[in-house]
This record gives sequence, C-alpha cells and structure tokens, in this order.
Amino acid sequence: MSRIKGVFAALKGRRAALIPFIAGGDPALSATVPLMHALVRAGADLIEVGMPFSDPMADGPVIQMAHQRALAAGATTRAVIDQVAAFRRDDGRTPVILMGYVNPVETMGYEAFACACRAAGVDGVILVDMPPEEAAEWRACAVREGVDTIFLLSPTTPAERLAVIANASTGFLYYVALKGVTGASHLNVADAAARLAAVRASSALPVGVGFGIRDPGSAAEVGRFADAVIVGSAIVERMAAKDTIDEVLADVEVFVRDLRAALPERASRTSS
Amino acid sequence: MSYEQPDARGHFGPYGGRFVAETLMGPLAELERAYAQARTDPAFQAELAADFRDYVGRPSPLYFAERLTADAGGARIYLKREDLNHTGAHKVNNTIGQALLAKRMGKKRLIAETGAGQHGVATATVAARLGLSCVIYMGAEDIARQAPNVRRMRLLGAEVVSVTLGSRTLKDAMNEAMRDWATTVDETFYVIGTVGGPHPYPVMVRDFQAVIGEEARRQFLEREGRLPQALVACVGGGSNAMGLFYAFLADAEVDLYGVEAAGKGLASGQHAAPLTAATGRGVLHGARSYLMFDEDGQIRDTHSISAGLDYPGVGPEHAWLKDIGRARYVAVGDEMALAAFHRLTRLEGILPALESSHALAYAHELAGRLGHEAAIIVNLSGRGDKDVESVAAYEEAKTCRA
Ligand SMILES: Cc1ncc(COP(=O)(O)O)c(C=O)c1O
Repeated sequence: MSRIKGVFAALKGRRAALIPFIAGGDPALSATVPLMHALVRAGADLIEVGMPFSDPMADGPVIQMAHQRALAAGATTRAVIDQVAAFRRDDGRTPVILMGYVNPVETMGYEAFACACRAAGVDGVILVDMPPEEAAEWRACAVREGVDTIFLLSPTTPAERLAVIANASTGFLYYVALKGVTGASHLNVADAAARLAAVRASSALPVGVGFGIRDPGSAAEVGRFADAVIVGSAIVERMAAKDTIDEVLADVEVFVRDLRAALPERASRTSS
Repeated sequence: MSYEQPDARGHFGPYGGRFVAETLMGPLAELERAYAQARTDPAFQAELAADFRDYVGRPSPLYFAERLTADAGGARIYLKREDLNHTGAHKVNNTIGQALLAKRMGKKRLIAETGAGQHGVATATVAARLGLSCVIYMGAEDIARQAPNVRRMRLLGAEVVSVTLGSRTLKDAMNEAMRDWATTVDETFYVIGTVGGPHPYPVMVRDFQAVIGEEARRQFLEREGRLPQALVACVGGGSNAMGLFYAFLADAEVDLYGVEAAGKGLASGQHAAPLTAATGRGVLHGARSYLMFDEDGQIRDTHSISAGLDYPGVGPEHAWLKDIGRARYVAVGDEMALAAFHRLTRLEGILPALESSHALAYAHELAGRLGHEAAIIVNLSGRGDKDVESVAAYEEAKTCRA
C-alpha cells in the first residue's frame, strides 16, 4: 500500500488528516528539511512542499513572496526534490506531496521529474495549472513511477467534470474550498460541506479541503467533514514574520500542534 | 492549403490548450459556449459590424506611404492605419467584441491586463460606453513609462492597479488579472488583450482582429489588382499580427513577417523575442507556446523599449505558424525601432507607436531588399502619442551618458 493510502486508511473514521504546506526553499534551502521534521513532530499526517515558480498565478501575495524568497535563496525544482530525499533518510513514513506549476516540471521533463520524485520518496504531485485534459502525458509517467497525481476540484467545477477529475486522480482529491487564490479568507464552511457530499458521490477517494483555513477554529470546522485539512498561507505568513530559522521552526511547530489538536476525533472507529 | 486550427480543445498543433487552475476551467467552458453561440448569431455579428463602422471608424484606411517608400528605395510600402481607430490602436477591435460578449453573458465588471496601456484604454472605453465597472492591471514599470494612457484610463472611470511584484511589466499584470478573475468569476469578464491565454481566447481574439486583414486584402486588391508580396506586423502577444495575417493564410505567395522586440540585442539576453531566439517552449498564462525561461523553467525577465512587446511569451498560433513555416519571425532592437519611429514621423507626418515602430523598421529593410515591382503592407497597429514623453526621456538619458 502507498504511504498516502496507508495514512488515510489508518485515520478513516477517526479524524481528518492534517496536511501543512510550506514553500520549498523558504526562507532558505537549509531550512526545508528541519521544517518538515518539525511539522511531523507537531502532528502533520502528510506534508505538502511547494516547488518554486516565478509566476505563481493561483497564489495570493503570501505564497508569491515565499516563492520569491525561495528563488532568491537559490531554490530550484531539483533542489526541492533533493530536500525530500534528505528528509526521507530520517522519515520513511510521512507522505510528501510536491505542489507546483507546469513549466518547471516540463523543463525538467515529465519522465525525469517523475523518476526523480520516486527516487527521492515523493508520494504525490499537484500541478496547479494542469487540468486532467492536458495531463495525459504526465499521468503516464507518474503511473509508471508509482507517483500519485492529485487534481484539484473547485466551487466552479461543473457536476459533469467531477467524475473526469475523480477518475484522473490517485491518492486523494483536493477540494479548493473557495473561489480565489491561496491566502484568501472568505471560506464558507457550509458550502464546502455541501459540495463535499456531491464529490463523495462521484469518488471513493479521500477528499482534502484547502484554501481559506487559517486557524485552529476553521481547521476544526472543516475537520468535521473533510478527510484532510490543508493549511498553507497561514503557516507561511507566520514564518515570514520571524527573523531567524530557529524562531521559524519553534513558531511553526507550536502553530501546527494547535491545528492538529483542534481536529475533532470522530465517534465511530474502524478497527485496523 | 487547408488550415483548420485550433482543434476542439484549443490546440494549434502541440501549442495552446487550457493550462489554468481548476477554478477557471468551468468559467472558460462557459465562455467558450457563449462565444460559439455569438459567433454564429447574425444579431451579434450585425452589432459588431455596426460598432466597427460607427464607433471605431472602420474600415481603417490602407495608406500608400510614398516618401517612406522612396526612402527605403524598393518595394512600395502601404500602411494599414489601425492607428486611426478610436482610442488609437487595433486593440479596440477586440475589446468591442469581448465587451458585447460580456454584456450577453450578463457580466457587470470588466478586468484586463495592459502593457502599453492601449488595451487598458480600449477596455476602459468600452466599459464606460456599456456602463460596466472596470479594473486594469498594469506593471509598475509600465505605469511609469506609459503615463498618458494611465491618465486616460482613469478619466474613463477605470481603476488602474499597479502591480509591483515580479518584473513589474505585462507578464505580472496578467498574473494579477488571472488572480482577480479566479476570485470574482461570477460577476467578472476577463478581457484578454492578445491572442494568448487559455482557450478560447487565442481563437476569439484572432476572430475579432481578423477584420484588419480582411479589409487590407480587399483594399489592396482594389488598389493594385493583385496580392502584396509580404505583410509585416509587430508581435508582442501577437494580436495585431494575427489579425493582419489571418485572411492571407491561404495565399501561399504572400510572405508573412512577425517582428519581435530584440531589445538590447538577442545575444544580450535582454530582449522579448521568444520566437526568434527560439530558446524554448513552455507553459505560461494558460497556454503552451514559445517562451523565455531559464534552465529551471523560471520565466525570464524581458526587455524592450516598447511596453506592449515586453513579454516573455507569444500567442500559440504564432508558434504553430513558425513551426509549419507559414510565417517568419524576426527581431528588431530598441535603437532601430526608435530610428523607425522618427523616420515615419518626419517623412509621413505620422507618429507611430513604439510597438508598431518595430514592424516599420523591419519593413524598411525588407522593402529595400525587394525590387520596385513589389509591394508590402505594414500593420501600423497604433499611434505614438503615448510614447512622446518616454521617447524624450530615453533620448535625454542617452545624450547625458554620451
Ligand atoms: C500599438 C500596439 N501594437 C502592438 C501591441 C502588441 O500586442 P499584439 O502583439 O497583441 O498586437 C500593442 C500592445 O500593447 C500595442 O499597443
């Protein structure tokens, strides 16, 4: 069983998984591996790491700035994959998902990228600007290397597309809970819950919910119905406010621990 | 030659397509449906034709530039006078079309990216006319170098948002416009200003701009009783070039030249000529095309004296026309474009946009190479009023350095 499947299977019926996001190489490449371990200590079930891109069109200012800091500090696609490989030397258990944009991946080559991901112990990939309609070639490479491809769903996804996206995805589905970019705060929890019910009708995959989850309170609300709660900008923003890497590590660990503690335990337990 | 591009999903060969975040996939499908309907609706076409005639002032003249021709010493040079359109450039052909579509779709708010400010002005203009609210995204560097157009947009009631991240030019303005659209899709229509972006924009903008070539072909045939030897147009995203070329694609004897910005020279790396330099193909702003990026796939900063050409990508149909050899792409640098700017002003009393000056520079050279028997058409895509201040500043700075 893949690491991603294993985590969701173990949590099924107990509580939502927590997936924190950090931008690879922000604020420095040397910070990424210690940050990933800190996230795990704080209770992260999976980790999402951003691959830097000069033009992150689906991101708000907080993650845009993180990408700019990372690029200024010398981060590249390859370097971020290398950080995952380094993380894997001490953690063989926590699934890692890379999130990024098409152009750097195409530049490296789908084949080479998928192969490097497998070798480094990357479990899944999200390419924000690659819908399933344009993904045939990438998916073939990903399947060959045993790397999951997670596609996004949004409030604007028409009903007839749900199945297309669900069929193209492996690992889990990522429901973008609001119309907008990362870091937005106009999350409507009731809407998201209703949409998730429709998604579940077209797919047996676990469904993670992200965008607009900013604090333990919103994590708790979404954690009542989602299979995973994804938190990005709120973490990156706190990191940007700190002066030293040690302060960043300490602060992130406390914040993510609070997020994790807020996720409600569910009554019905399944025996494993 | 049969030319049936793009395919049903907006691909021109390997180029084009729809590379956007999921939030925009539904709205793009909705736009595609609305446009497909409008395209075959006689009422929509009649409204468009009436606006072209009464509001834009079409057909724009095809002007024989006699003194410019004598100066070049070869082929007769005709200018397609898109600079005489209302608002001063070809951009309005497209914004009229998209605004009519926005109205049909019940959208209340227009947004657009702009480089030179001509597309921003043309969008603000149609928004004012239709009573729609309007937000224009513009790079901070372009706001400084195209100040007259910023004032025009504000007079027209548009909000101009300065984009300060990234390279602070057209590319970054487009990023910001896409972020706005993803947030406000229900009420907003995104008016893209060139034959780029995700499907259906490249084909839709081409269709609205195709009037340029349809008129020019007819006007030239009336005038000369044959077809021209060559067409020349500048290429930023490629809309004025596509608009001129499209009606001539099947005329194999007509050579098509797209002129990109060589900035400080292709060798310097400080240019905006993805097709001519052919450094790579990649994905940006919703489509695959020729693109300027580094070995890690990060988009490169570009340079051109002309804000409207200062962009690292190009519309996907141009990529396809290059690969199949139907069009040729060349590049002209800042200094040659400036010389062409002054030449047309002094010889013909026409002040061209710096963008169009790139086409004029190449046409001058080409006309000199071709014999007196030949004739060519240059797309004079816009007028240069907006550039008066920045040309003066540029030349003052040069004199100081010298
Ligand atoms: C007068 C003029 N010509 C050309 C361009 C370049 O755009 P395109 O290549 O889409 O025609 C611009 C863009 O701002 C412009 O203002």
